[in-house]
Amino acid sequence: MDIHEYQAKEILADYGIPIGAGGLAYSPEQAAYRATEIGGEVWVVKAQIHSGARGKAGGIKVCKSEKEVSDAANELLGKKLITHQTGPQGKVCHRLYIEAGCNIDREIYLAFVLDRANESVTVVASAEGGMEIEQLAVEKPESIIKIAVEPAVGMQPFQAREIAFALGLNKAQINQAVTTFLGCYRAMRDLDANMVEINPLVVTKEGNIIAVDAKMGFDDNALFRHSNIAELRDKSQEDAREMRAADRGLSYVGLDGNIGCIINGAGLAMATMDMIMHAGGEPANFLDIGGGASPERTTKAFNLVLSDDKVECILVNIFAGINRCDWIAEGVVQAVKSIDLKVPLVCRLSGTNVEEGRKILKDSGLPIIMADTLQEAADKAVAAWKDATGKK
Amino acid sequence: MAIHLTENTKVLVQGFTGQIGTFHATDMIKYGTNIVGGVTPGKGGSKHLDKPVFNTMKEAVAATGADASIIFVPPPFAADSIMEAADAGIRFCVAITDGIPSQDMIRVKRYMRRYKKEERMILTGPNCAGSISPGKCMMGIMPGHIYMPGNVGVVGRSGTLGYEAASQMKEVGIGISSSIGIGGDPINGSSFKDHLMAFEEDPETKAVVIIGEIGGPQEVEAAMWAKENMSKPVIGYIAGLTAPAGTRMGHAGAIISAVGDSAAEKVEILTECGVHVVPNPSSFAPVVQEVLAKAG
Repeated sequence: MDIHEYQAKEILADYGIPIGAGGLAYSPEQAAYRATEIGGEVWVVKAQIHSGARGKAGGIKVCKSEKEVSDAANELLGKKLITHQTGPQGKVCHRLYIEAGCNIDREIYLAFVLDRANESVTVVASAEGGMEIEQLAVEKPESIIKIAVEPAVGMQPFQAREIAFALGLNKAQINQAVTTFLGCYRAMRDLDANMVEINPLVVTKEGNIIAVDAKMGFDDNALFRHSNIAELRDKSQEDAREMRAADRGLSYVGLDGNIGCIINGAGLAMATMDMIMHAGGEPANFLDIGGGASPERTTKAFNLVLSDDKVECILVNIFAGINRCDWIAEGVVQAVKSIDLKVPLVCRLSGTNVEEGRKILKDSGLPIIMADTLQEAADKAVAAWKDATGKK
Repeated sequence: MAIHLTENTKVLVQGFTGQIGTFHATDMIKYGTNIVGGVTPGKGGSKHLDKPVFNTMKEAVAATGADASIIFVPPPFAADSIMEAADAGIRFCVAITDGIPSQDMIRVKRYMRRYKKEERMILTGPNCAGSISPGKCMMGIMPGHIYMPGNVGVVGRSGTLGYEAASQMKEVGIGISSSIGIGGDPINGSSFKDHLMAFEEDPETKAVVIIGEIGGPQEVEAAMWAKENMSKPVIGYIAGLTAPAGTRMGHAGAIISAVGDSAAEKVEILTECGVHVVPNPSSFAPVVQEVLAKAG
């Protein structure tokens, strides 16, 4: 689960990370009021959406008067921002964070990530802040400092010092930096975050260190023990269909193709999508109906897949282990009858209770195209899609 | 032979008396797995499915001589159960549970390092369908009948994709020595490489199939190890060629978030390392067949 910048800053401030004065605003009036409250002569109005690279998308505005703050807020609230992380559909900004401007001398990149290779938290830092890490890895790989944290004892001050000195910070800044690094680690460990990123961590002309941006991502599997974090969820920032799917015990990801997929198991789902592509088609979605799928859940999966207007054919591929083909088949029949299916449907069932399942489909008298193997299923789905749409 | 689990393996079920544990324990007993009992704290001294129930793993191991365990404990308590199994002297552990927090798994992995390598428990999963040595022992939730006994080793992340591969192979008469599920989580108990090493030592195994997917460095690590150290042919498939970057595809670990995470990149490195790549998921059987024929 991702949270907003202002939320991440509130959390990190509690762990001793220095942040600038700032406040949240839901309207232009409130934004102007926040600016007065904060004081000073320069403010930054920041669109709160779950994405990085907001600056390039026009989501961050530097303002020199309350009027400018109010105008910027007016422009940003309700605006759809498109970044490379949001995808082409973009994300709508409903909240603004108004922050005091600062005199930037240097920008540092800092992140704490779950490192799968080391099976630990790894600190990644670079003196070349402001750039994204992907870009840094390609353009200035020598600037990247990496230190793995030993999970039994946690991050040690000497590790934080090593990073601080490697970043070329001066004596006065080392202590601030060490506090910042250790605080980020503790926040990550205490709250089951899987990512903390501060980009940039700024050294001001006055010589202080400030987290100018902050991003945190949390392990969904650990939210059960952090209800205060779970409450920070902003549903307006999540894909509506994916969220609806999750509420129904389904795992769904929308894609660009036309062949809707209903499959059990994440690996088989990805493999089936690959097979559709191999057969000359394109999948419209990833959908894992999970284990022990009831007829009701199967019906819900159909409704979900069909809520995407691009879907011109449906492929059901089930290899039942803890699932039962007869239950899936019943769900398919129920769904087709209740929703007046207008696109061709290809079904491949295999595994537990496969004979019963196939019989239910056959006896239903519905125009379901049956397939025995994965290959056949993909070929038939692509052929049926081409047939139905007149594509060659 | 087979690896990790054989007809002699004595298995305990952790989370034995729960609904899921009961369902799958029944299935495993039916398959012929030697289930010697189970653990549910607070229910020690009773019987379940005609087998003894214990309060702790240590008691259970002392009473039954069990060397393996399978875990159906809910996610908040599963990491604790894994460490309890390691501490009780279990040699091979299958963690079925899906949804264990990543940092819990980091702690589990760190905890297991307190044992000498040769005495350390082999953990598979979490978030896996289990492992099977066909005809000998099944520790998992898979439909056992789709696996035919034979000489090909299988290691995979995904349950159902593993079923697909096994049934394609059975269709053409290729059997399996052991099929090991390592699960779809970002931090898992053991890696492709760990099991390739075991299969290399197993006289019964003639070739090994690895079934990977997007995300994480383990497939590449295994291929590089195999290139330098393995005498047996390795066949590989990577799911997720059509998966977009930065989006989690069902499995917690199936996300393209770093260089080398995508299916295309992994396939390229596998090919460079001499792995026989299965070009699409309908071609497991023909590729394995061809490799076995060449190996003689």
